[in-house]
Amino acid sequence: MMKNVKIKTRNLDLYYGENHALKDINIDIEEKAITALIGPSGCGKSTYLKTLNRMNDFVNGVKITGEITLDGENIYAPGVDTTLLRKKVGMVFQQPNPFPMSIYDNIAYGPRLEGIRSRLRLDEIVETSLKQAAIWDEVKDRLKKSALGLSGGQQQRLCIARALAVQPEVLLMDEPTSALDPVSTLKIEELADELKKEYTIIIVTHNMQQAARISDRTAFFLLGEVIEDGKTEQMFSVPKDKRTEDYITGRFG
Amino acid sequence: MPNSLIKKKSRIQDTVLYICIYFSAAISVLLLIGIIGYVLVKGIGSINLEFLTKATSAIDGTTGIAGNIINTLYIIVITLLIATPIGVGSAIFLNEYAKPGRFVRIVEFTTETLAGIPSIIFGLFGMVFFGNTLKLGYSILSGAFTLTLMILPLITRNTQEALKTVPNSYRSGALGIGATKWYMIRTILLPSAMPGIITGIILAVGRIVGESAALLFTAGSGYILPKTPIGYFTKIFESGGTMTIQLYLSMSKGQYSIAFGIAVVLLVIVVGINFLTKFLAKKFDTGRRD
Amino acid sequence: MKANTNSSVMRSSQTKVVVENTAQIIFTICAVVAILAVFSITLYMFLKGVPAFADVGVAEILFNPVWEPTAQNPSFGILYIILTSIVGTAMAIILGVPIGVLTAVFLSEVAPKKLAAAVRPAVDLLAGIPSVIYGLLGLMILNPFMYKLEQIIFENSPTHQFTGGANLISAVLVLVIMILPTVINISQSALQAVPKSLKDASFGLGASHIQTIFKVQMPAARSGIVTAIVLGIGRAIGEAMAISLVSGSSVNPPFPFNSVRFLTTAIVSEMGYAADTHRMVLFSIGLVLFVFIMVINIVLTKILKGEKHDA
Repeated sequence: MMKNVKIKTRNLDLYYGENHALKDINIDIEEKAITALIGPSGCGKSTYLKTLNRMNDFVNGVKITGEITLDGENIYAPGVDTTLLRKKVGMVFQQPNPFPMSIYDNIAYGPRLEGIRSRLRLDEIVETSLKQAAIWDEVKDRLKKSALGLSGGQQQRLCIARALAVQPEVLLMDEPTSALDPVSTLKIEELADELKKEYTIIIVTHNMQQAARISDRTAFFLLGEVIEDGKTEQMFSVPKDKRTEDYITGRFG
Repeated sequence: MPNSLIKKKSRIQDTVLYICIYFSAAISVLLLIGIIGYVLVKGIGSINLEFLTKATSAIDGTTGIAGNIINTLYIIVITLLIATPIGVGSAIFLNEYAKPGRFVRIVEFTTETLAGIPSIIFGLFGMVFFGNTLKLGYSILSGAFTLTLMILPLITRNTQEALKTVPNSYRSGALGIGATKWYMIRTILLPSAMPGIITGIILAVGRIVGESAALLFTAGSGYILPKTPIGYFTKIFESGGTMTIQLYLSMSKGQYSIAFGIAVVLLVIVVGINFLTKFLAKKFDTGRRD
Repeated sequence: MKANTNSSVMRSSQTKVVVENTAQIIFTICAVVAILAVFSITLYMFLKGVPAFADVGVAEILFNPVWEPTAQNPSFGILYIILTSIVGTAMAIILGVPIGVLTAVFLSEVAPKKLAAAVRPAVDLLAGIPSVIYGLLGLMILNPFMYKLEQIIFENSPTHQFTGGANLISAVLVLVIMILPTVINISQSALQAVPKSLKDASFGLGASHIQTIFKVQMPAARSGIVTAIVLGIGRAIGEAMAISLVSGSSVNPPFPFNSVRFLTTAIVSEMGYAADTHRMVLFSIGLVLFVFIMVINIVLTKILKGEKHDA
């Protein structure tokens, strides 16, 4: 059983126009653990991830029913301020997307939104966040240089640092390593393992080994449905469903 | 709940900026509606058959812009006849022949520069070069030559854009079955780029119709209709003001009803040109997608 | 040569080569026209513009405020004319750029799709309207309004020369309208070229839509917006016919309610009757304008190059 449930999803359905993209999703996300969402392309795992910080709101013609609660509060309730939600539920994207500004300004972007102007306070946040994202040593001498000059792997860790700088409770990672080389991938994985001590992490991945290596729990998506979810060890050793077994042994996908 | 997701504060800054954005957009749109409405109300009364088919004449007691309409047509046709081949040729050179280097950079820089030179400068240059040096004086030809330089970048750029959208597979396909480069350009590239070229030409017509500063000292301000068939030929060596020039002169003289009448005609042309380019762009787009 | 006789393929390929080469030469010549044009325009502007500087003296033209070209003792100072062009353009940019950029933001970010689709053609239309029509409207609407304002403001002023409303403000307002479409269109395409991933990143950090626009998208579109401003400056400083009747007909320092002459309007209104030195000085004014424009063009090329460098 789970220690603490951070996010509860109940009877979630999502439609893109006519397309029924998520069908009756019911999952619990464990606090301060890594949950991996796996499944073939177009199975809805990324779509589900984006419902957790309401990034789907921007898509035209999207319709969402059901309930997602974060610490017991329904994030789709009327009156919810999505900007507050997204400060609590940060996101790291598939492609590293640093802003075209300095490394420092990238990290300080979120805190400045909250009105933090004090130089000292910002310096502190920038340093802490970059250290947390294990990139401080590589960039401490070039904080004023453009973030676009960093390598892909560094950029992704910078984006993680940027997300951490607003002190989220949950971190959503949408295939964060798919655009990176193996060495950078390993660094991000180690980082995720470190971060789960403080944050609840949900990671979408195409890579079975990655899911097996780093996650505590896994949910398998297929055609917009959750086929199976549970402890990673259990799921990868004795899957309950035939389709899960077929997928993780590489028979399709 | 201290950590609630329910909105705590409304962001005043955001609201203010939203108001500024809506306000600015409203200004831009209202300006246009106001301008068009005002011109139509003031000018529609001046428009009648005589206004469009007769030249202004104290002897006949007529008021009309037929001479100016003819002049405008002359200048459009002559300018396009010269500028289109040169502009298209230049675009073909830049896109199909030129290798990156100094020469291309200079051609591109000068084309950009031509696009940025204000029409009054073209007017001054046309006056001294075509008017004095080439002894064309105030004439339709002098005006058309001047405008040729002015609209050249428009044609070159639009053709270039159109050529860029022709897939490379077309080129290699044609060259691969033994077509020469010129044959490939003639039979494949130019037809595919035609909508872009035509768009450039239509935009050029718009520029010519609306132009005044470049014509005031080159084409001059003649407004009478040719009297004899031969006169329709020799006209190109004589002074001839376009509608826009006549509008300017009329308003300098305080003949506002003529000015607004011409303004209505010009607006109709401009609106027509806008629709035509939109229509072509749409057609071009769907053509590409197929 | 020998091969020719027994190989028709070779012969036909030779005529082909001739055609090919001719085509290439013709296209190259077409490309040279632009170079020739800019070269001869530059040459003529200098040939015609420089002599007056030699005759009258550089300082006597550029730094002298008195413009009395037809007086007994003529004076050809164009200082106020230059200042008017600079001040007028600056005022038009200060007023027009915020409106233009915010309208671009409206069109590319804020407006519902259908509304944006309705407004865009309107902006294009605004760009297509001939400048003399703007002048006509300025003359009929702005000037009478300005005259009323003038009468109220300077009611008790003993020194003010009444202008009938043809003043710097009227000209600036017309220029604002004329630069709007340029600024709107170019800023809009710059904003639309900002990758969506940056927008997502900003939203993902809890930024509001407005914060995202002003803190991420506008900075990312900066070089495009700067381009828009530079082009706007070029358009404003080069505009002649729209403001020639609206701005008044005497040379004065560029204060809001003064009747003023711009570089462009001085040429337009005096070239028709000017003779001798007066005419030569008008060409010098043209040269000054030309130099301004070339500087703007070069700045623009630099910006565009820098942009390519970044990407």
